[in-house]
Formats: sequence, structure tokens, C-alpha cells
Amino acid sequence: MATTTPAVSTDKGEIRYLNPPVLEVDREKYCRFKKMRMKHIDYKDPAFLLRFVNDQGKILPRRLTGTSVKYQRKVSQAVKRCRHLALMPFVADGLK
Amino acid sequence: MRQNKKQMPKQYETMFILTPVLSDEQTKEAVNSYKKLLKELNVKIVHEESWGLKKLAYSIKNKNTGYYHLFQIEAPGESIAQVEIAYKRDERVLRYLTIHLDKYALAYAERRKAKLSNKKIERKEEVTA
Repeated sequence: MATTTPAVSTDKGEIRYLNPPVLEVDREKYCRFKKMRMKHIDYKDPAFLLRFVNDQGKILPRRLTGTSVKYQRKVSQAVKRCRHLALMPFVADGLK
Repeated sequence: MRQNKKQMPKQYETMFILTPVLSDEQTKEAVNSYKKLLKELNVKIVHEESWGLKKLAYSIKNKNTGYYHLFQIEAPGESIAQVEIAYKRDERVLRYLTIHLDKYALAYAERRKAKLSNKKIERKEEVTA
């Protein structure tokens, strides 16, 4: 008895998938400006600023991009300047 | 101390978008008029960039394109207000933006200039080759 019970319990406990489930790897987030030692964010470069914006053209939160507070402020400033000069849309649909 | 601060020229970057309705000559004229204005205000033009006609990300005054021009200037603070008034009164200007460059922005601008001049040289070489 003692030998069979653990085998049964493991069979029940295990959920079997046809394809192994893709687990999202918790990658360590980092501030790209700190890492790249970029001190200034250019508002004239919409191609670069596109990374900090979702496909509607909204600025992405820090919790998704990993940017530090100091540089998130600069990112938002730059995106807003970029929008003002019509280099980047205020509202969009399917930017990416 | 205060007066000292007032007299210290700072570096600014000012950019404006002209309407695409203007002909080539008229755009040149408009840009030249701003150059003249800057000269009158004793402003030193450090760098100048013309991006030409570009598509706008959204329409401004029912226009879908605009002529972008950029000046990097060294100016006393008071003159900036006058330049902005000129932009505001000018119907040819669709949009304008003037910002103060901090030390990091200045370093960036230097690098940008270097890159641009390099590109120009490369292009010239291509043409000659």
C-alpha cells in the first residue's frame, strides 16, 4: 500500500498538456537609459519614442517598460513634445 | 547677481513648421525672415537644420504636410518671447516649439551635429564615386 499511494497521487496531481505550456520567464526589468547611459531623450526621434508608446499612441507605464522615475519623466516630456510637432500622433490605431 | 543671470545667454532649440502651401521661394523667404529677426535680436545661430517637406502625424489646419525647420540658438531669455510672438503672428507657421537645452541636451546636440556632418560627407563621397 505504502508504495502504490504516492504513484497514484502524483498521477492525479499532474495536469498533462499536449504541448508544454510556455511559461513567461520573469525577466529582470531594467532602465534602458541607465544601462545605455543616455542622459538625454530626443523629442525629434519619433522612431525611438515609439518604443515607449502602445499601439494607440499612449505612453506606456513604467511597470511595463522598466524605466526609472527620473527617465520616465523625460520620456513623457519627449513624447509630448514629439506629438506637439506632429511627428507622432496623439491618437492612433495600430501604430505598430 | 540677478542681473548677471539675466545677461547670461542660454542655448535654445527652436523649431517651426511652415505651411506646404508656400512655394519654394516663399519658404526660403520665410526662413530668411526668421534669420533676420534673430540677427536683429542679437541672437547667435549655432546650428541650423532644414528637414524639408514632411508628412504630419495628424492634420493641422487641414494640411497633411509641413516644412520643418530647426534653429539651435544662443540667446538671452528675453528675446525668446519676441521670437515666439513672431511665430504666433505669422500665418505661415503651423506649429512651433522652443526649448531650453540643458547640458545633456547640448552634448546630444553636438553628437547629432557630428553624425549629420559625417553623413553629409559620406553622401558627397557617394556622389563623387
